[in-house]
Amino acid sequence: MSRTFVGMPAFPVASAKAVGDAQLRHNLHKATHTIRGKRALVVGEQPDWMELRSAGAAIKDRVLRHLDVYLEQLEAAVTRAGGHVHWARDAAEANRIVTSLVKATGETEVVKVKSMATQEIELNEALARAGITAYETDLAELIVQLGDDLPSHILVPAIHRNRAEIREIFQRAMSEWGRPAPDDLADEPAALAEAARLHLRERFLSAKVGISGANFAVAETGTLVVLESEGNGRMCLTLPETLISVVGIEKLVPTWQDLEVFMQLLPRSSTGERMNPYTSMWTGGVEGQDFHLVLLDNGRTDVLADQVGRQALRCIRCSACLNVCPVYERAGGHAYGSVYPGPIGAILTPQLRGFATELEESLPYASTLCGACYDVCPVEINIPEVLLDLRAKVASSGHHRAERLTMAAARRVLSSPALLSAAQRTAGRFRRLTPRRLPGPLSAWTDTRDVPAPPRESFRQWWERRESDR
Amino acid sequence: MRVALFVTCVNDTLFPGTGQATVRLLERLGCTVDFPSAQTCCGQMHFNTGYRDDARPMAQRFGEVFEGHDVVVVPSGSCAAMVREWYPTLGVQPPGGVYELSEFLVDVLGVVDVGAYFPHTVTYHPTCHSLRSLRVGSRPERLLSEVRGLKLLPLGGAEECCGFGGTFSVKNPAVSAAMCTDKVRHVLDTGAEVLCAADNSCLMHIGGTMHRQRAGVRTMHLAQILASTEEDPS
Repeated sequence: MSRTFVGMPAFPVASAKAVGDAQLRHNLHKATHTIRGKRALVVGEQPDWMELRSAGAAIKDRVLRHLDVYLEQLEAAVTRAGGHVHWARDAAEANRIVTSLVKATGETEVVKVKSMATQEIELNEALARAGITAYETDLAELIVQLGDDLPSHILVPAIHRNRAEIREIFQRAMSEWGRPAPDDLADEPAALAEAARLHLRERFLSAKVGISGANFAVAETGTLVVLESEGNGRMCLTLPETLISVVGIEKLVPTWQDLEVFMQLLPRSSTGERMNPYTSMWTGGVEGQDFHLVLLDNGRTDVLADQVGRQALRCIRCSACLNVCPVYERAGGHAYGSVYPGPIGAILTPQLRGFATELEESLPYASTLCGACYDVCPVEINIPEVLLDLRAKVASSGHHRAERLTMAAARRVLSSPALLSAAQRTAGRFRRLTPRRLPGPLSAWTDTRDVPAPPRESFRQWWERRESDR
Repeated sequence: MRVALFVTCVNDTLFPGTGQATVRLLERLGCTVDFPSAQTCCGQMHFNTGYRDDARPMAQRFGEVFEGHDVVVVPSGSCAAMVREWYPTLGVQPPGGVYELSEFLVDVLGVVDVGAYFPHTVTYHPTCHSLRSLRVGSRPERLLSEVRGLKLLPLGGAEECCGFGGTFSVKNPAVSAAMCTDKVRHVLDTGAEVLCAADNSCLMHIGGTMHRQRAGVRTMHLAQILASTEEDPS
């Protein structure tokens, strides 16, 4: 079945490969700059944007401070409305719960609304192992699934594909999954969308089980909320007899009124729209529907325990930080080795998984700390602050002995005026011998850039000379 | 006005001309400049790479060296941002009056026309930490537009990072180089003779790339252009 992110190489290796892919670079540049521009336009016209994002951050912080209370409130409200609530400590437990719920219906096919939580736990793969086929119904997720590909963006999982590539994927793979693409399929967006619509229509009408995530869960009323743009979500949420929603425990908002803030923040930040096209809200199942809510921890309480890192749990998965990130734009989403790419992924993945491999250790360094992500974040996540905190954790892990020794040596020189001055004099004396290629890890600098020759005289030497001449 | 200069280790060691220009400019504007010679490095590289135990003594040293100086001028956006934004994280209270050069000129001295003469076409790269940490806004451009003879050309994608990022440039060299290539393309598109910025680390990165490409564009720190006069051109 489809591929997963397990065993991905560290960020510098994966991103170097992506940087060399000219088509990918073009696709990403075009897509991110388009959404970036749309977002800037609709955010700019909102006079109270800064207050709105502060409100969003404050509401999420309140949820995180009293998470236990709100979770139990949600459970009670959902149960009262006729739904069933399940608690999953980790991915394996969540997958077990969902698999057994689907099996209990006797069905072997499910339709899915685009969901980050189910991607995170690799639910489709778990279902496949149990003989259950999961059909993605979001257009971009469909492209990824048909292409046996991996998602590379939170909002637009197939952002790395252009329309010519999508046409080729549809023609090659649609017939393996259901209704084939028309023979004369053009690479026009309207034609591609129509092919997807016809392909998916029969799924919606025949599916007995729907699986979703949720953008928000209202503790007060037990209402779940999904925002989407294509109407596929509405179909999956309302037509099947059984609906299973896998929701991260941080998706809560306390009250119905709190949604008002996020209904303004999320569409403008993610798709660059003033208002979201399809917003589905349900409390318990829709009439006669068997509704199950699986509340997922999977590392979230560990993140909550970290004073600096916990702000990452405010994230509403809007993707604004990806679209504005100059590193993401060149590296692409796959290099981050997780369903959460870009700046938010660089702080979320190592926290959710721990520093399990070189990949997780490399992610906090996958940023120039330029701060563009923090500027656009609708819930004020100080991503550079969390990156720096995670870097401190990596540096003190003891895994990077050579770097630690180099840094200690540099610190000794850089904290002694005498040693610094001596080093400057030596460099100045041998300035003609400045190598064109630097040795060791510094060769990465001279691969693409020249080094400035050290001056004959450092500033402090000049200053001393000037003072003594006076 | 009496000001202390924190020249930064990069300027001290590799770009003394920037420090000299800063002194020349400040003295021309009537300031008395002190250079406390016990100063070294702000600790930014260590802090940003995760080595907080190495960065902390440097931050403490900075605090001790500049204690008693009411105004400290820093010709580097990222070093000024390190001191003001991140020293508290290391448990070090930064001294009160630490200013990046353009902030000091515009906000403290209240000058925009510093009496400079520089008859060249210039484009300005605003640098991330000046822009998004210090929020210096358009101060550098306002200073440059008052320079006689200078023609300021707008830089496309100006607010986008050049890809330096300190140790990022060697830890992720491929992405860093790709970002810089795009930055250089924007610089060349302006047709300017000089690329100016208020941070020599970014200029070392962009300038090093342009030098390798034999692009034929000079890089100059803001201080050097503002220090330039008809009698004593930079």
